[in-house]
Amino acid sequence: MLEAVFWANAGIAIVSALACITRRSPVASALWLIMTLFATAVMFVLLDAHFIAVLQVMVYSGAIMVLFLFVIMLLNLGDQSATDMKGWFGRVVGLALGVFVMVELWVITKVVPVDQIRLPAGELNRMTVDEGAIAPVAQVLYTTYLLPFLLTAILLLAAIAGAVVLAKREV
Amino acid sequence: MGMVVNLATPAGLFWGMLPEIVLTGWALALMLVAGWRHGGEEDQRFAGQLALAALVSTLFALWWLWAKDARPDGIALMIALDGFRYASSTIFLLGAIMTVMLSLGYVRRERIHTPEYYLLILFATIGMMVMSAAADLIVLFLGLEIMSICVYVLTGINRRSVFGAEAALKYFLLGAFASGFLIYGIALIYGATGTTNLTLIAVSITNLGLQSNGMLMAGIGLLIIGFAFKVGAVPFHMWTPDVYEGAPTPITAFMAAAVKAAAFAALMRIMVHSLGESIGTWQNAVWWLAVVTMLGGNLMALAQRRLKRMLAYSSIAHAGYLLTAVVSGTETGAAAYLFYAFAYTLVTLGAFGVLAVVGRNGERDVRIDDLAGLAAKRPWLAFAMAVFMLSLLGFPGTAGFMAKWYVLMSAIEADQWKLGIILVLASVVSAGYYLPVVMEMYMNQPITEEAHQESVAVGAGRWVIGATAALLLLIGFFPGRLMDVSRSSSDDLKPSAAFTLNAPTGPDAGMASR
Repeated sequence: MLEAVFWANAGIAIVSALACITRRSPVASALWLIMTLFATAVMFVLLDAHFIAVLQVMVYSGAIMVLFLFVIMLLNLGDQSATDMKGWFGRVVGLALGVFVMVELWVITKVVPVDQIRLPAGELNRMTVDEGAIAPVAQVLYTTYLLPFLLTAILLLAAIAGAVVLAKREV
Repeated sequence: MGMVVNLATPAGLFWGMLPEIVLTGWALALMLVAGWRHGGEEDQRFAGQLALAALVSTLFALWWLWAKDARPDGIALMIALDGFRYASSTIFLLGAIMTVMLSLGYVRRERIHTPEYYLLILFATIGMMVMSAAADLIVLFLGLEIMSICVYVLTGINRRSVFGAEAALKYFLLGAFASGFLIYGIALIYGATGTTNLTLIAVSITNLGLQSNGMLMAGIGLLIIGFAFKVGAVPFHMWTPDVYEGAPTPITAFMAAAVKAAAFAALMRIMVHSLGESIGTWQNAVWWLAVVTMLGGNLMALAQRRLKRMLAYSSIAHAGYLLTAVVSGTETGAAAYLFYAFAYTLVTLGAFGVLAVVGRNGERDVRIDDLAGLAAKRPWLAFAMAVFMLSLLGFPGTAGFMAKWYVLMSAIEADQWKLGIILVLASVVSAGYYLPVVMEMYMNQPITEEAHQESVAVGAGRWVIGATAALLLLIGFFPGRLMDVSRSSSDDLKPSAAFTLNAPTGPDAGMASR
């Protein structure tokens, strides 16, 4: 049963991703991207990472993609715009890079992770049952990973300041 | 043993991150000031002075930590507390201080009226300090992104410059692409070793026997590609000349000196600390990168007629010399990096400072011939520029010579004598574009009578040019003190044997060691 859900979702994710990069219209691309993100969220559920799956839907499929669509609307890109893959050279390089990543993924799937670094089977499920879905994430986020969490705040602040500088109307 | 800091407690984290916290506090204050006072030149100047105060006080906080010889309690969890961090952070802070000093007069002349200019320099410096302090790949990546995003914006901060806008966009796209490679590499290294902590990665590789693990190899490869983009190594250098040329000149100096040094500090820490024991997996790749970068950078620089572009290619060549120090994979290499980065920061800030003085409107058009007769009209400026060119070349008696000598020693010590020979040959080639600058200044006559009338260094910029030239000569003749500091700062960069033998490995290793 789970196997079937996985393969169905994998298919949806790949087809949507392909559709996302082949559509001419930016709106269609964005919608296909939402589809891909949903399918990925299902993958997280299959991996027992329920909270991450919810975040994926709320933050990515929800907030960020709505922002994407707003920007497309505001810039009036709704109709088909010129593709940015110009000429055969760009396509060949893109294809070569894609093949490279495919081969690499194939090689990596052949590597079996050593047992010592694997979580025991069902461990995440047990943690979810014992502590709830959010605590296992929140627990490490505010203790072990406190510093990266705070640094992310600085990163976002710097990005906002930078965006304001570049987007200001008067020079 | 100095002060022992327990990084697992918030208080320990506070003391361990004190310099970064001080600088963040100043940056937040400057942000408020820039929000309220962004009227004209005076406000801009005030923001610059605040930034200067911020960087100097951060330097003192850092030196306080260094003097206390703060060390982590057990394994460094998220941040490292060691000499390498203190020394490299000092280099970035000095680079940032000199950049702000050069900028004070420059932004006024080029009419860049955005006080956020200084804010972004502060944020970028925070990112660099975090990068050199990072003992965890996540922290390292966040530091790198904080730094990169600020520098993308700084590149295009002159909104009237078309070239600046083009450079910023190009830098942003390629930089984001490089970050993608880096994060992919980090993910694979995590997948292979089960940890992102730099010490525990070394432990995992040894204890689990991962030296020829395919996932780890792929991860290291992607990591090297990501860093090669960031430091502008051939063949990942394509953005460098355009970006360096389009950015305001003090920012170009900042990028060539501090940004590059920060990327190298992080690379050096990963390679020596985490992967030093599995040097066989990556040494060949970095070896080739170093060779191609040294040869490519120098040969392409030969063909340049414009000074700013020539300096951009020269900085690619210098990335190649620094990669040579990485190839050794030893603490001597790390010490050589510290010495080299210090000397290179001085010389870069000085050389771009002179360029900012002789040029106008972004300095893209200054040709090397335009310097003809500078020595007759502005003898001190020409003398400083000659010192910078000779130091970049590695002429005996300048800091550049000692720096290259030290890198060469680290390569020879690691049995990389072929690489050493290539380094010397590449340096010989570089004479072909550094010496013409000196010859133009001293042996040719000015093109017109009015030439160089406006080439006067003013204010804080004059101090930067003078101080860097003097320091370069001083270090060139008396390198001993700086060499001692470099050596003692990097002698504990490798994880101590106690950790590699006893530390736990596995999914809970990070938490168990707390």
